[in-house]
Amino acid sequence: MRTSTTAPTPAGHAAITARGLNLWYGDFQALHDVDLDIRQGLVTSMIGPSGCGKSTFLRSCNRINERLDYVRTTGTIQVLGHDIYAPEASRIQVRRHVGMVFQRPNPLPLSIRDNVLFGTRLHGTGRRSRRDEDELVEDALRQVLLWDRVKDRLSRKATSLSLEEQQKLCIARLLPTKPSVLLMDEPCSALDPEATSAVEELIWELRGRYSILIVTHNMAQARRASDECVFMLMGKVIEHAATEQMFVSPARRETADYIEGRFG
Amino acid sequence: MTDLTFSPSRTEQRALTNQRLLRLGFLAVTLLLLIPAGAILAVLVIEGAPGMTWEFLTEMPRDGGAAGGIATALVGTVWLTATALAVALPLGVAAAIYLSEYARDNWLTRTINIAIVNLAGVPSIVHALFGVGAFVYFMQFGKSILAAGCTLAVMTLPVVIVSTRESLQAVPHSFREACWNMGATRWQTIWRIVLPNSGSGILTGLILCVCRAVGETAPIMFTGAVFLRQVFPNGLFDKSMALSLHLFNVSTQVTDVPREIPFAVALTLILVVLSMNGVAIYFRMKLRGRKKW
Ligand SMILES: Nc1ncnc2c1ncn2[C@@H]1O[C@H](COP(=O)(O)OP(=O)(O)O)[C@@H](O)[C@H]1O
Ligand SMILES: [Mg+2]
Repeated sequence: MRTSTTAPTPAGHAAITARGLNLWYGDFQALHDVDLDIRQGLVTSMIGPSGCGKSTFLRSCNRINERLDYVRTTGTIQVLGHDIYAPEASRIQVRRHVGMVFQRPNPLPLSIRDNVLFGTRLHGTGRRSRRDEDELVEDALRQVLLWDRVKDRLSRKATSLSLEEQQKLCIARLLPTKPSVLLMDEPCSALDPEATSAVEELIWELRGRYSILIVTHNMAQARRASDECVFMLMGKVIEHAATEQMFVSPARRETADYIEGRFG
Repeated sequence: MTDLTFSPSRTEQRALTNQRLLRLGFLAVTLLLLIPAGAILAVLVIEGAPGMTWEFLTEMPRDGGAAGGIATALVGTVWLTATALAVALPLGVAAAIYLSEYARDNWLTRTINIAIVNLAGVPSIVHALFGVGAFVYFMQFGKSILAAGCTLAVMTLPVVIVSTRESLQAVPHSFREACWNMGATRWQTIWRIVLPNSGSGILTGLILCVCRAVGETAPIMFTGAVFLRQVFPNGLFDKSMALSLHLFNVSTQVTDVPREIPFAVALTLILVVLSMNGVAIYFRMKLRGRKKW
């Protein structure tokens, strides 16, 4: 668990709180003064035209952007009330608590079982018994509704699964380290419609246990499968509201234009 | 009657003839290239086979190699090659890991890359003289298996580095992204995912390293290989014989050598290289055969 000098999280903290977040790739500013509160236990969708900074925001939330030495960030991001950019915060721990799912399923070239256990083995303190590991695997795979389909072939290569199953596995492998936030960057755009609705269903299943922020290009998906919706444009947050409200009566002109497909 | 006809035109016929000639030409060149390789092997087998007896392989050389066997040369080559590998492989793999996984793309990295390519082109006699200065005298290994092995290692390092680096870079970047996003450190990513999936490239480097180490004469001549020895090496600071140098000696330096001896030595040398290659290729195919992603 994260050791931090801050007080334990009081109930009611946002899952992610961004304040005055600016981010530059070299000279190019990709995020402008982003203030955002992503609520706990809900599914929040993030929409906006290509290149508006959605992925950049997600990558700031698990500090993976820092790998690029030309990236500069100002402002703060808190996860459950803890500043993830605080000097004493370790980015390894941040990534453990903030899981990321990508557009293309990217299971590791290991067995299904080893994929699920990969995260815990990285952070593991000492060896777990085989039985503990089995429990972790079963629990994670049950949560992503994959257990019954793969329980007899856990030692098979993960890459032998279908794309839908791979994507579910990529979600499952985040769970054993007990993350609080799951970030998903267009998790369904490499999938066919059936697989898409299966993964959407799964995301809805996970709602409540995890706080989920999901980037999507699919308006119908955002509308169907999220509680709140964030609309971004050119590195700024334009509107953040309950999904139904945003789609029925958007407060901003740009939002309406985007939702109705007038640009983007 | 129309004058429609599907028979080829004059120019077309000429083009067809040209094409046939060209194809024959290329085939001929390819065959020509195969002839020397085949001929060498055939001559070695025909001329060397009578000399290839169990006694030849297991007896000590006598009379400067004009009589007896090649046991000490054979064992010496194994010692030298193993030493070269033991030095070159860890250093080469470490350097490749640095260049592929840690180094940023800046002038230093580019300079190092150019240096590696150039190092591969340095003639082996230069390596030999470097080895004398660096290992025999400066490091005070003396003329020894260790000094000769290190010299061979320096000579083969570029090959090991380049082939390892290429195989590391063949591992898809998305795996690294996945690891980093799960909180793996760079080293955990390398150790658990990148290295296990680049075994075949590292093996290639190893094959090439072995082949050069077994075959080279110049780098070991001044650094640790001797003309004749009738005892097996006792450690890294011993001198030893080597097949390649022994071949040079029995072919050019010693008089009254029976005709089949140099051929038998050469045949042994080639068989050692081929069999080591065979083992490595076998493992490589096994590694490749597993579909990874
Ligand atoms: N690694 C990077 N280096 C430089 N510029 C980048 C990088 N990643 C993204 N950008 C730029 O930042 C902007 C936002 O990109 P991104 O966050 O990927 O948008 P989105 O996910 O909304 O499509 C784009 O203009 C893009 O060109
Ligand atoms: Mg994106």
